Amino acid sequence: MKKEHASFNPYDNNGGTCVAIAGADYCVIAADTRMSSGYNILTRDYSKVCKLADKCLLASSGFQADVKALQKVLGARHLIYQHQHNKQMSCPAMAQLLSNTLYYKRFFPYYAFNVLGGLDDEGKGVVYTYDAVGSYEKVGYSSQGSGSTLIMPFLDNQLKSPSPLLLPPQDAVTPLSEAEAVDLVKTTFVSAAERDIYTGDKLEIVILNADGIRREYMDLRKD
Amino acid sequence: MENSGGFSFDLCKRNGWLVEKGIVKPPSFTKTGTTIVGLVFQDGVILGADTRATAGSIVCDKNCEKIHYMAPNIYCCGAGTAADTEAVTDMVSSQLQLHRYHTGRESRVITALTLLKKHLFGYQGYVSAALVLGGVDCTGPHLHTIYPHGSTDTLPFATMGSGSLAAMSVFESKYKEGLTRDEGIKIVTEAICAGIFNDLGSGSNVDVCVLTKGHKEYLRNNLMPNPRTYVSAKGYSFSKKTEVLMTKVTPLKERVEVIEAGDAMEE
Repeated sequence: MKKEHASFNPYDNNGGTCVAIAGADYCVIAADTRMSSGYNILTRDYSKVCKLADKCLLASSGFQADVKALQKVLGARHLIYQHQHNKQMSCPAMAQLLSNTLYYKRFFPYYAFNVLGGLDDEGKGVVYTYDAVGSYEKVGYSSQGSGSTLIMPFLDNQLKSPSPLLLPPQDAVTPLSEAEAVDLVKTTFVSAAERDIYTGDKLEIVILNADGIRREYMDLRKD
Repeated sequence: MENSGGFSFDLCKRNGWLVEKGIVKPPSFTKTGTTIVGLVFQDGVILGADTRATAGSIVCDKNCEKIHYMAPNIYCCGAGTAADTEAVTDMVSSQLQLHRYHTGRESRVITALTLLKKHLFGYQGYVSAALVLGGVDCTGPHLHTIYPHGSTDTLPFATMGSGSLAAMSVFESKYKEGLTRDEGIKIVTEAICAGIFNDLGSGSNVDVCVLTKGHKEYLRNNLMPNPRTYVSAKGYSFSKKTEVLMTKVTPLKERVEVIEAGDAMEE
């Protein structure tokens, strides 16, 4: 018999799915509002989307305690930035800051799977997608979390992204209109909720464009 | 290893060793993370089940059947590994059928119970089937639970599966003796719904089976509380289709000549 001592596991997975789509003059960031642990639902109404700056939104699934800590660090760093530069941080700058913050904890990572969405300096939609230790990429659309394996192939099929190896570099933004993108997001989440037990209850869609931020909600399966 | 009789668990030990050494990964099974319930009411027994089957965090069947046929007067709800609940109920229902041919009498619930628990005990919990067995026979209505290791309970109301706690909370607060058929169905449906909405392993629809003296009523999808919440107005197209490169039909050669023999067999 092998001797094992009781060990403390600092991580949990609270499930949930995030999607972001960048368009020519908008960005759509969406996540379901279910928070669960094992076979239990902890709450049916928990927002996974966090506003980091005027034109920068972060959607995160994984371990929500770590997500909360991560949001707090980014919020504090952004406040310092505002005091020093007297302006809001740009979305590409926030993307690099998030990567650095994640890699700073390389050997005790934040168990968080992030999608950062926003508008760049020209008002064009941008999406950055991350792993838990800070590797990141600028893309036209992305999905993270428990339902990402169901959603990502569908998005690939509908919104084929240009290869990042192309020269000259192609724009990663999707060809959809804002309304079409919102419709696509709703469809992906309804389908993911059918087959992923950790996705459900409610969908929160945040739309970022020249007019500012708009929020939409839609019901998902509650079982 | 020398066995003096009974079952051999050598392969279980071997498999455990292989997993421990990291040589193989054990195969994953379709677990019906489930809510199943049963209760005794004034004229018989009511069984209930949800209809979700999962493999890990993925739903692999949104509308499966978890109330299995055992005999015309006995049904059985199954939770655990889908293949095990299916196989064990099929095997026992076959034995009950043969027993009925032999005796020419209606099957009794305790017969089914004994056959099930013998089988499960023999496999020492490796056949992971947790069952709620209900039926009405010449001795009246009966309700039992059977655990994967072969232990059994005899109860007026019972729940099993990952949603058993949610369902039991409904029974504990609402069950009373001498319920009518409609009251019984209502409580059973409510208990299954508690599992569907509060346990992630359970979901989709509610199946109910009402067993009374000389009569059974299988209410498949008695309640469907999870309709689709959104359907896109325009639908989606998938551009690239499979191309037909060549069309050639080769008919099979006739190897046997069939001759119409008319009424040669009729004598």
